Amino acid sequence: MIGLTNVDKFYQTRRGPRQILNSVNLSIAPGERLGILGRNGAGKSTLIRIISGAEQPSSGVVTRQMSASWPLAYTGAFQSALTGIDNIRFICRIYGVEAEERISFIQQFSDLGDYLYEPINTYSAGMRARLAFAVSMSIEFDCFLIDEVVSVGDSRFHEKCRVELFEKRADRALVIVSHDANYIMEHCTRAAVLVQGQLHNFDNTPEAFEFYTQSLGAR
Amino acid sequence: MSTSLRSLSSSFAIQRRVVWALLLREMLTRYGRHNIGFLWLFVEPMLFTLGVTALWTLTKSVHGVGLPIIAFALTGYSSVLLWRNMPARSIGAIKPNLSLMYHRQVKVLDVLFARLLLEAAGATISFVVLSVIFLSVGWLTPPEDVLQVIGGWLVLAWFGMSSALLLTAWSEQSELVEKLWHPASYLLFPLSGAAFLVDILPVEAQKIVLYLPMVHCTEFIRDGFFGSKFHAHYNMPYAIIVCAVFTLLALAQLRKVSREVIPE
Repeated sequence: MIGLTNVDKFYQTRRGPRQILNSVNLSIAPGERLGILGRNGAGKSTLIRIISGAEQPSSGVVTRQMSASWPLAYTGAFQSALTGIDNIRFICRIYGVEAEERISFIQQFSDLGDYLYEPINTYSAGMRARLAFAVSMSIEFDCFLIDEVVSVGDSRFHEKCRVELFEKRADRALVIVSHDANYIMEHCTRAAVLVQGQLHNFDNTPEAFEFYTQSLGAR
Repeated sequence: MSTSLRSLSSSFAIQRRVVWALLLREMLTRYGRHNIGFLWLFVEPMLFTLGVTALWTLTKSVHGVGLPIIAFALTGYSSVLLWRNMPARSIGAIKPNLSLMYHRQVKVLDVLFARLLLEAAGATISFVVLSVIFLSVGWLTPPEDVLQVIGGWLVLAWFGMSSALLLTAWSEQSELVEKLWHPASYLLFPLSGAAFLVDILPVEAQKIVLYLPMVHCTEFIRDGFFGSKFHAHYNMPYAIIVCAVFTLLALAQLRKVSREVIPE
């Protein structure tokens, strides 16, 4: 179980504090697949970083009773001056797992081949996303947090993700953040919509989809 | 009680793991795998100390008769490297590590600890290796009280670490801190007791200089090394209190900083 209770988040800007999240309540049960919809800049990435624990809320409580991955996103999680292999070793060390036995799986799953021995700053955004995804698949988590990355990529990568994430790990919890309502409708059992810092929870995805479409039209 | 103890010990295990991983990462990004690699960690400070020792020996810049000049230069410049390099390395250490804070267990304090431990290790290895080399060729007589040298060195390392943490925390609030630290550290060097003994100063100047905690540590270390050759001036409880206050202020400020940090 992961729970957020009355979470507020403010960022300091040049024009004073700006509220990103406004008393957000959320709970993720084991095995549940939650989609979070929101426009660009709605605060989705902030929310998923708070769920993961990478960022602290300004106020409110976050409880985490199952292991959660870091937010799998286009940026972050890697040291760009180091090679893919060195980054894998670093991540395995901080999660307390053995790196060497995972490298061949990661190499195969990410399709990076010899690029794994090159610095991350030579990678394209898609290559970084593939590496992040492969590393997180090689470390077992109860809950995977995904910030957009799976919805983009070629069809071959899509298929691999589908098999690894939705078939082999069908029992795990999942939080997917996206502006792509169709992807969330397809893969999630439940959805929430983030509008102006407030999170609206829905029991099923069609209701969330309808609300999301209306909120887009309202502005 | 037992559950909180258990969670404390598991937190400690995680922190140790993370700091170790960061330390290895830091060595890789800083020294790479080229030529002598991470050996630069202590070869660089060794070269500095060697150069300064040679210069001071040649110019006989020691005030007072019968002082062992090599021991004077070695203790003096090694001490400077220990306290001065730590703030220099930790100010601005947060930004290049922001991407790693995507992992919940990597905290601001871990990133700083890793860098500071590396810096302290470099200065310490350099000091020890040079001492052993000088001893074996007979340029140096063994310290009169090794434990005192170690004790003084540890307090000085604490001073370096606590001031580094404090300056880093402040530098997150204002860019001025970084700009001002460079000239300040440069100006503090001649005042830090590395290049003089407190005893040779006029009494008025002694009073002023002894406000600086590193002067006490350097005097204490030298007292352990060749205390029978000069009259040392130090008050270690004063140095320790300053370190404790700095540490407390730094941790409080860093707590605030780490709540506001945004991984990128």
